[in-house]
Amino acid sequence: MSTTENPTSHESEHTTPESFEDPGLPYHRPRRADVDPKAEKKAERQVAALFGVSIVGTIVAVGAYMALDMTDEIDSIRFVNMMIGLGIFLAMIGIGFGAIHWAKTLMRDHEMVEERHELRSSEEARAGAIQNLKDGAEDSGIGVKRRPVLVGTGLSALLLAPLAVLWPQIGNMGADWNTSNFGHTMWRKGMRLTRDPDGTPIKASDVTIGSAFHVIPEGLNELEHHKIEEKAKAVVLLLRLDPRDLKIPEGREDWSFDGIVAYSKICTHVGCPVALYEQQTHHLLCPCHQSTFDVSDGAKVVFGPAKRPLPQLPIAIDDEGYIVAQSDFHEPIGPSYWTRLKDTSDGMHADDSEGSSH
Amino acid sequence: MGARVNTAAAGTANWVDERTSIGGFVKFFARKLFPDHWSFMLGEIALYSFVVLLLSGVFLTAFFVPSMTIVEYDGPLATMKGVEMSEAFASTLHMSFEVPGGLLMRQIHHWSALLFTAAIVTHMARVFFTGAFRKPRELNWLVGFTLMILSLAAGFSGYSLPDDVLSGNGLRIIEGVTRSVPIVGEYISYWIFGGEFPGEILIPRLFTMHVLLVPGLILVLVALHLFLVFLHKHTQYPGGGRKDTNVVGLPLFPVYTAKAGGFFFVVFGVIALVAAIFTINPVWNYGPYDPSPVSAGTQPDWYILFVDGALRLMPGWLFDVIPMEWEFWGYTLSLNILTPALILPGLFFGFLALYPWIEAWATGDRGEKHVLDRPRNAPVRTGIGVALISFYVILVMEGSNDIIANLFHLSLNDLTYFFRIGIFVIPVLAFWITRRLAIGLQRKDRELVLHGKETGRIVRHEHGEYQEVHEPLTDQERWVLVSYDDIAPLEIEPEYNDRGVRRKGYRWDRFKQRLSRLYFEKRISPVTPEELAEAQHAHH
Repeated sequence: MSTTENPTSHESEHTTPESFEDPGLPYHRPRRADVDPKAEKKAERQVAALFGVSIVGTIVAVGAYMALDMTDEIDSIRFVNMMIGLGIFLAMIGIGFGAIHWAKTLMRDHEMVEERHELRSSEEARAGAIQNLKDGAEDSGIGVKRRPVLVGTGLSALLLAPLAVLWPQIGNMGADWNTSNFGHTMWRKGMRLTRDPDGTPIKASDVTIGSAFHVIPEGLNELEHHKIEEKAKAVVLLLRLDPRDLKIPEGREDWSFDGIVAYSKICTHVGCPVALYEQQTHHLLCPCHQSTFDVSDGAKVVFGPAKRPLPQLPIAIDDEGYIVAQSDFHEPIGPSYWTRLKDTSDGMHADDSEGSSH
Repeated sequence: MGARVNTAAAGTANWVDERTSIGGFVKFFARKLFPDHWSFMLGEIALYSFVVLLLSGVFLTAFFVPSMTIVEYDGPLATMKGVEMSEAFASTLHMSFEVPGGLLMRQIHHWSALLFTAAIVTHMARVFFTGAFRKPRELNWLVGFTLMILSLAAGFSGYSLPDDVLSGNGLRIIEGVTRSVPIVGEYISYWIFGGEFPGEILIPRLFTMHVLLVPGLILVLVALHLFLVFLHKHTQYPGGGRKDTNVVGLPLFPVYTAKAGGFFFVVFGVIALVAAIFTINPVWNYGPYDPSPVSAGTQPDWYILFVDGALRLMPGWLFDVIPMEWEFWGYTLSLNILTPALILPGLFFGFLALYPWIEAWATGDRGEKHVLDRPRNAPVRTGIGVALISFYVILVMEGSNDIIANLFHLSLNDLTYFFRIGIFVIPVLAFWITRRLAIGLQRKDRELVLHGKETGRIVRHEHGEYQEVHEPLTDQERWVLVSYDDIAPLEIEPEYNDRGVRRKGYRWDRFKQRLSRLYFEKRISPVTPEELAEAQHAHH
């Protein structure tokens, strides 16, 4: 902006400048404390009082910590924390407001001007830098084609060296890297469906029409290892619908029993538990992202971001009337992944392997 | 006594200077000038809440046990008696209920984390709308942008540490998103979790990330950010005597030492007050992580809501017929997850990070800019900014759609349908309306400069005409309204030269010209003295 020396337009008879002139810094009006010693004294007292507030706050915080007893009652715990917090508040705010009030009333408020310098280095500095780099390159032989082998091998070594550290590190961080574990759960043929979390088995007669059970596999609670990992895959919702409302997908005619169906509770979107059941509409809703599945129609998606239906667990009734699994799920439960279809099977492999997948 | 103190101080200063040559630094720093404006405090809030995070965080590490080993709860909280939980969760309960002031420190830490991210985003918006990212500050914009991303990482990793049901489900969502990455997703998931979700190693890993890696990076980048602020000297708003070649303000010592130093204590005090009174993240109500339960109305911390909203917004089936998850050659590609969780944030943040270069390139403006733009004087940039914010806000609202639906008795599904359309329409509208408003405000500025302020005083002239008296602006007021750059759209060489031969690179030039026109075609030029003289002449 060339506002200081205004070129005047040539055609114009009157000398009207092309652009306005910077009026310069505005007039600085002194504050009361600058001219009135009484106001200055008053401001000083105010600042001192604010610092005093801070000292009181520190006493409150330390006093609350030392004097107040914390019992097991939530209220008393809250009270102690609140009093310490209020003490810290006063201790901090007193210093803060005091310092700012000091600056605003008693320290300089007449703005000063400082010139900026262009960030670009001077031509001499630039030339010097380039010369130094050239000299350095000359000394090392880089860039003048005297040492291509050294440069080549040196760079290769530098690029490869991180692998020596990273490869073993990363290699160890993924345990056994056996991602085919995504493909199966601990459900086996004949395994009872039990209540979450106590693990008591469920009789078909317990499941009345319209009711829903949160289910874990029998024996999950007794697992020594990977209990949470297995639970994260194996949780199931057990529901009974009026058989007349139930549309059974082809090939799954014997997967349910008299309107009782079992579906994986893990959302096929990104894996939240699909825990909300709306009895009237037979809809299962995932509270995380609201994928909605219609249980009366093979748990297919009726709304939301999920694409695939919830996997169904084939069930049967054992001799004592308890509900049992016929096999593992016939497809991986939960969110999709690149090789998901490779882990999708006819459900037979799961019956052969034993116990936990680890 | 004063003399003795002075001698001692001089002695100490001499001792230090002879070993560090610190005198030069003090000379450089002590009277450095900083311009004054309330909006310059937003970045300070971010810095100070980070300091509060460090202070309270150190206290928390004294009690937190980053372990996923399962223990049975045996503390004072009756509702959790005998419940199986990880040591991480148990130690969180311990520090909340058995350590006096522990709950307070947790709440101070959590509130300052929310404030930290909020202050960063607001500061970033200030820098964007005033054009403070322009040359020579593009690199510092990038440093600040990286700090913003790191603050999200710091927030999310800390949020997950207590190992409660809410944060556990959040981690499971992360796992689901990770898996959706083509080819390597499954392995990245195994790499992060040390095997299958949730595994037994994640909390210790997140802990190291949260207390060492991320804050270490933040510290380094904060130092770089501030170094560049000092190097560039602070920007200033337009006003009399403020030029691109100077800085007008008050000295660091003592004015800003007191003001900015005092402001740290104010920020700390306010956080302490909020933390003393308002409960946040009461993990004891949620319970320890268990893969089975989840409650309705689950919301992540505010800064993650936009990703959650994007995940909710994306349909699994487009118009109920086109699947958004594709299966081909035996592989699965989940666009219903990849698009909202990775592609969309990638584009959004990528655009934001590169904006200084995009604008400089589109406008061809290459000079050093130290006087800030008033947002109305850059209508297109302001429009883009508001469009980005509206886009972000729609995602945040979709991330809270269940709460909105509940509060206003709306259908959850209708809300989602509305936002699915809104995400395409509203940002465009926001851009258009904002640009119109900015141009309108520029016109109003011209009006003010030409005709002065309305005074509300009506006078009757001798010939019976009534007229309101307008008071001309002062030189200072006028200068603020007229001192901005008036850039004309790019002119390019014609497509064919005089011999009718088509010019190489014409299309590219034409593209640049279009961008330049987008920025500058609909511009309002500042009033010239000549126009003012004419207007004044007309009045008399």
